[in-house]
Amino acid sequence: MKGKSVACLPFLLFLALLFACNGGKKGLAPVHSGPGKPAYGDAMVVGSIGEPSTLIPLLASDSASHEVAGLVYNGLVRYDKDLRLEGELAESWDVSPDGLTITFHLRHGVKWHDGREFTSHDVLYTYLVTIDPKTPTAYADAFKQVKKSEAPDAYTFRVTYDKPFAPALESWGMSILPAHLLEGKDITKSELARHPVGTGPYIFKEWIAGQKITLEDNPGYFEGRPYIGRYIYRIIPDNSTMYMELKAGGIDMMGISPVQYQRQTGTPEFKARFNKYRYPASAYTYLGYNLRHPLFSDRRVRQALTSAINKDEIVHGVLLGMGQVAHGPYKPGTWAYNPHIKDFDYNPERAKQLLAEAGWRERNGDGILVKDGKPFQFTILTNQGNDQRLKTAVIVQYRLKAIGIDVKIRVIEWASFLSQFIDKGNFEAVLLGWTIGQDPDLFDVWHSSKTGPRELNFIGYKNSEADRVLEEGRGTFDMEKRRRCYYRFQEILAEDQPYTFLYVPDALPVVSARFRGIEPAPAGIMYNFIKWNAPKEEQKY
Amino acid sequence: MIQYLLKRLLMMVPLLLGITLITFAVIHLAPGEPVEMQIAMNPKVTAEARERLRKFYGLDKPLYVQYVIWVKKLSMLDFGRSFAPDNRPVVEKIKERIPVTLSLNIIALIIEFGLAVPIGILAAIRRDTMFDKGMTVFVFIGFAVPTFWLALLLMYLFGVRLDWLPISGLHSMGSEGFTLIHWFLDLLKHLILPVSVAAFGSLAGLSRYMRSTMLDVIRQDYITTARAKGLPERTVIFRHALRNALLPVITLLGLSVPGLIGGSVIFETIFAIPGMGQLFYGGVMSRDYPLVMGILVIGAGLTLIGNLLADLGYAIADPRIRHGQG
Repeated sequence: MKGKSVACLPFLLFLALLFACNGGKKGLAPVHSGPGKPAYGDAMVVGSIGEPSTLIPLLASDSASHEVAGLVYNGLVRYDKDLRLEGELAESWDVSPDGLTITFHLRHGVKWHDGREFTSHDVLYTYLVTIDPKTPTAYADAFKQVKKSEAPDAYTFRVTYDKPFAPALESWGMSILPAHLLEGKDITKSELARHPVGTGPYIFKEWIAGQKITLEDNPGYFEGRPYIGRYIYRIIPDNSTMYMELKAGGIDMMGISPVQYQRQTGTPEFKARFNKYRYPASAYTYLGYNLRHPLFSDRRVRQALTSAINKDEIVHGVLLGMGQVAHGPYKPGTWAYNPHIKDFDYNPERAKQLLAEAGWRERNGDGILVKDGKPFQFTILTNQGNDQRLKTAVIVQYRLKAIGIDVKIRVIEWASFLSQFIDKGNFEAVLLGWTIGQDPDLFDVWHSSKTGPRELNFIGYKNSEADRVLEEGRGTFDMEKRRRCYYRFQEILAEDQPYTFLYVPDALPVVSARFRGIEPAPAGIMYNFIKWNAPKEEQKY
Repeated sequence: MIQYLLKRLLMMVPLLLGITLITFAVIHLAPGEPVEMQIAMNPKVTAEARERLRKFYGLDKPLYVQYVIWVKKLSMLDFGRSFAPDNRPVVEKIKERIPVTLSLNIIALIIEFGLAVPIGILAAIRRDTMFDKGMTVFVFIGFAVPTFWLALLLMYLFGVRLDWLPISGLHSMGSEGFTLIHWFLDLLKHLILPVSVAAFGSLAGLSRYMRSTMLDVIRQDYITTARAKGLPERTVIFRHALRNALLPVITLLGLSVPGLIGGSVIFETIFAIPGMGQLFYGGVMSRDYPLVMGILVIGAGLTLIGNLLADLGYAIADPRIRHGQG
């Protein structure tokens, strides 16, 4: 019976494969958690789903590109750990009393990675190439507001605007490009896209397409040499693979999902080897209503929908509690966020009452509300590939059913979603998300002048008071005045409910425990990356 | 013969043109366009910036003009530049991915044939034994189990628990400092998991095919004759039966050649292998027309050339097929 034993072999192998997962031991050195003395050297390997498209930030629109380029280049200004603007390549700046002119005083002695000195000429070049109509960039608009730009000397750069424009300051956080390597050349064909030269804390070393990008520390960085010697950006397109690489020690840092945070990272071994961080992400998810559609033109209906949706339940069910309920478009804890806003808590009775006031009643015994002979039915559209949004839609569907509204869900591929539905205004409700910018100016998303085709106020929201406070808010540099504008703006939205704001998820990064100096702040953890360090005895590479 | 060759080559031109026309039309029928994918829903982008980008990529021109421009460039073997923000030549992007996909596919193909052919033969010889039944179940498990699931289990076992094999990618950290032999061994180690998973998944088709052709051959009269002559079973099987049974399998091998430059998206994504599948998928999802068209044209070209070579091979081998000479 030789054949029999041979036949069993594959089965045994297969079974061994399935059940052998309990044995085995990790050959990884134990990690000490003492303070350790900061030391130079070591390398940090970061896992990323996506590969950067180009390392000229001006031309890139994906987050991976900006993540890597952010360590190679600097802007004139940046956001500090509390999300306030501070100087980076600019030591300081003055805004003229009329708010029209900004003068940047640049740092002296900053060197490009190739040794040339950084001057105001580089800033002027970056500005000019950005507004050049031949440059295919998505970021020209803030710079186009500039009426006059000048570089009176090597360390001063001055711009003048037509009218005071508060988001202008933020726009100078744009990475400054080396004029001496780009001037007179076609930026779209430049070598810098694959081999950037900047002024930042890390110097580009190599890019192996589809695999990894390696950066090395810049010993002459103007804010001091970064401790970590190398930054390696590994491209691993699958989240599960990336998580296993993390556990096997192949990468040192990645963002994890709520399920991984709650269920798979609680073992003593994991806790000893990694530190988990948790803070609100700069994004929110919402249910947006097409205000041109007769179903949603009545404010009471929208208020009723919000009252009928249990946002806490969504945060717990979809995010496993790793997030918070949203009441408006700003991130909780930031200066523009109005903590007094309470829109509509979960209250199905109130929802029914509001709907009854708006004329929606149950008439034919099928449990669905009816008005003028038409049942209350609509479809929620959401994009393919986002599991959290789909789960949220299902919970919303269930809650709305309970008050007599029949909801269907449709998932659509992103390109079709935009071209066939959003751009044509051909939808009833959408479940989508926005990232929350650091500047609170939301003119483009909510102003009534932005409701044209392919513009961002695609739900068609129009409120003259909201228009006014949005215009006022971007027209002044006075923080207190801006805060009042945006507080009022949030009150208006809470009353109007053009969206049902659903939740702000948490960002959940995991970092190898050998790295010290990580201090979570409203800006996240990466803001002080150059201060991160691994004690000599724990260094791995 | 020369005449035949020239005729075939000339016929390829309109055929390729037709293929490009159809693919061009199909990819443009898909809703959305590259600019949208890059900037949609970005509050910092206005309509003007959108127009600027469309103009840069030439998307503001009528479709037929876009096609003519593209074909003109193609006639000089210029595949154009990618519509992704990096704006690199399409050829460059394809070039850096082909070696990985090609070598991976060739290794997997060798292992697949190397395993499936003996499995099929043995199963045919020992028809209805436990070996035959066991192997059937085994190869069908490979066929039925989702690649990504099996890959993840193997990664967990060999990469995380046992720490024997690397989990993903092609090289270890610091591989650029390795000696050539070390570097090569490191690469091989990285290939073990992906290649085994790929081969396991495709064993079923080939081994079943091998088994059934072998069974057909064994039932032939000349095999009975060979046995009746008193030849040892070894000789009967390997000299008389196998040669004939292998012919259709060789045809199958020929058919799988154009597939060598095609990659599998799921597979490459799981193992973080930068191959053609990912490149093509990414290109389609971001509506990177020049890239998608480039890959399709190269694929079509290779298939046409492959067919031509196969036909020529037949013509040389078989006088009945040789044209022009009756």
